[in-house]
Amino acid sequence: MPLPSDGLVAVLKRDCPTCRLVAPVCAALAASGAPFTVYSQDDPSFPEEVSGVRDDASLEASWRLQVETVPTLVRLEGGREAGRAVGWHRGEWEAVSGVAGLGDGLPPEQPGCGSMSVEPGMAEVLEVRYGAPPMRSRRIEGRAPDDPVEVCYQRGWSDGLPVVPPTPERVLRMLHGTTRDPAEVLGRMPPDLAECTVEKVAVNAVLAGCRPEYLPVVLAAVEAALDPAFCMHGLLCTTYFSAPVAIVNGPVARRVGMNSAGNALGQGNRANATIGRALQLVVRNVGGGRPGGIDRATLGTPGKYSFCFAEDESDDAWLPLAQARGVPAGASAVTLFGGGEVVGNFDQLSRTPESLAASLAATLNVAGHPKKVNAHDALLVLSPEHWRVFRDAGWDRARVTAGLNEASMRDGAELVRGADGIAEGMPASAAGRRWPKFRDGGLQVVRAGGEAGMMSAIIVGWAASGERGSEPVTREIKT
Amino acid sequence: MREAFTLLDPTAEREAAQRARLGPPPSLDGRTVALLDIGKARGDVFIDRLEERFAERGVAVRRYAKPTNTKVAPADVAQAIASECDVVVEALSD
Repeated sequence: MPLPSDGLVAVLKRDCPTCRLVAPVCAALAASGAPFTVYSQDDPSFPEEVSGVRDDASLEASWRLQVETVPTLVRLEGGREAGRAVGWHRGEWEAVSGVAGLGDGLPPEQPGCGSMSVEPGMAEVLEVRYGAPPMRSRRIEGRAPDDPVEVCYQRGWSDGLPVVPPTPERVLRMLHGTTRDPAEVLGRMPPDLAECTVEKVAVNAVLAGCRPEYLPVVLAAVEAALDPAFCMHGLLCTTYFSAPVAIVNGPVARRVGMNSAGNALGQGNRANATIGRALQLVVRNVGGGRPGGIDRATLGTPGKYSFCFAEDESDDAWLPLAQARGVPAGASAVTLFGGGEVVGNFDQLSRTPESLAASLAATLNVAGHPKKVNAHDALLVLSPEHWRVFRDAGWDRARVTAGLNEASMRDGAELVRGADGIAEGMPASAAGRRWPKFRDGGLQVVRAGGEAGMMSAIIVGWAASGERGSEPVTREIKT
Repeated sequence: MREAFTLLDPTAEREAAQRARLGPPPSLDGRTVALLDIGKARGDVFIDRLEERFAERGVAVRRYAKPTNTKVAPADVAQAIASECDVVVEALSD
C-alpha cells in the first residue's frame, strides 16, 4: 500500500504504553481536518478514537518510513519528509503537526517503544520483501511440503551433513557481516576456476551454519585458498588425505568465540566448526570440487568436513603463528595449512626440553611414512602441558622449532628402500648422510588445547608439500 | 499449508560446455606427436619407451613436461603443444 505523499503520518502499536498515551492526540489531529494517516503495527482496531486506521501488520509502511520507535509522527510534503517526532514530546508533535495545544493533561514527554520493524532479524526480512537487496544469485523457488533442507541435498549442495537453507534473508544477514561489496570477485576457485564473489561465499557460509560475524574470517580463508602457492586444485584432486586446515590468530578469534582450548581440534564450537565447513563448501559448490569427481582421495579424512581452530595466544612467551609469518601484532589472520590426518603424541614423562623434543620428533618422523623425508610438511599442535616443559627451560618458538628439526634428523641408512625389511623408502643414494625430516620451513608449530593432558597433536601435511605442491598461506582478516 | 520458500544458489551457476572430442587421426604419417610428462614418478620411463616406439615408425615426437604433477599445466605448455603438435600422449603413472 503506497504511503500518502502529503500530510501527517503516525505509526503506532497497541502494545506500546506511549502509543496508548497519544491515542487522544491522534484523535485530535484527525479531528483537525488536516490530512492525517495512522498506521498500526499490531492491531488495526487501535486506536479506537481514530477511524480509517491502516493495518501495517506487513510493516511495509514502517519500513518505508524507516521508523525505529513508536509512536513516530512524520510530516510528508510532495512525497518527502518535512518533519519527524519520535516518542511523545508535546513541543515536537506541535512543531511537526503545526497544531497547538496537543495532549492537554498528558506529561510533556514520554519515550516510545521499539518499532516491530526493527526487531532482531526483521530488517533483512523487510529489505528482501520491499527493498532492493544486492544479491544476484539465482533464485530457486520451492513450496511446502518440499523441505528446504532436502532441496539442498537434492541439488548437491551438502557435504553430507544437513545445511542451513540459504534464504535471501539469511544471505543478506550474512552479508551484513562484512563491509565488502557482495559483487567483489575474490578470484577463480578451483577446480572449475569459477568466479568466486563475496556473495557466493556468503551463501555458502549460510549453508555451513556461520553467524554473520564469522564472514570476514571465511573470506580471508577463501582468499588464502585462492593463492596459487596454496595449490587448492592439487590439494583437492590428490589421492592423499589432505584438506585445508585453518588456524585463526588475533582478536577476531575471541570476538567470534572460537575455541583454542579443550577439544580445540574437536567438535562443539560453532565458529570452529562452521568457518572450516564454509571454506570446504565454497570449494565444493563454487569450485565444483566433489568427492568422486575431481576429488580423488583414497580415504579422505574427517577434517574434510571442517578443520579450523584458533591458536592459544594467552602466553606472551610464545610468538603466535600469524606474527611469526609476518602479520603485525594486534591484527587478525587466518593461515591455511594443507594437511589432514592427526597423529597423537602422549608423553607424560618428559620434563626436559631435549627429551620432549626427541619424543615429539619420533612422532613427527612418522608423517606420511617413517622412511620418507623432505616430502610431507607437518603442523605440530602443542598442548599447554607440553608447552610448559619448553617454556620453563626458556625455549621460545624459534628454539622449539629448531630443536624439533634437529631431533628429527635421520640416518640415510635407516631410510633407504629395503631397510628394516620395508620396500618403501628413499633411493639407495640417500644412505651415507643424515636427513632432516622436513624441508626448510616445512614444520609449523602452534599452541592449543586444554590445560590438562601431556599430549600434543601432529597434523600431517600433504605428500606434495612446499613449492612443488602446497605451501602454508596466511591472510589478514579485514572487515 | 503450501508455504513458499526461496533459496539462493550457492554454486557458480555455470553450465559445462559440451564439446565433442576429436576423433583419432587416421594415420600418424606426417604428424607430430607431443609426449607430456606430468611429473608423476616413473612417467619418464613410460614416455622414453613411447618415444623409442614412435621413432621406430618414423613419427616425429616432441617432449613436454609439467613443472609439477600437483598443478595444472601452465598455459605456455598447453599452447606450445597445441601449436607445435597434432596429437598428444599424457603419461599418468605412479
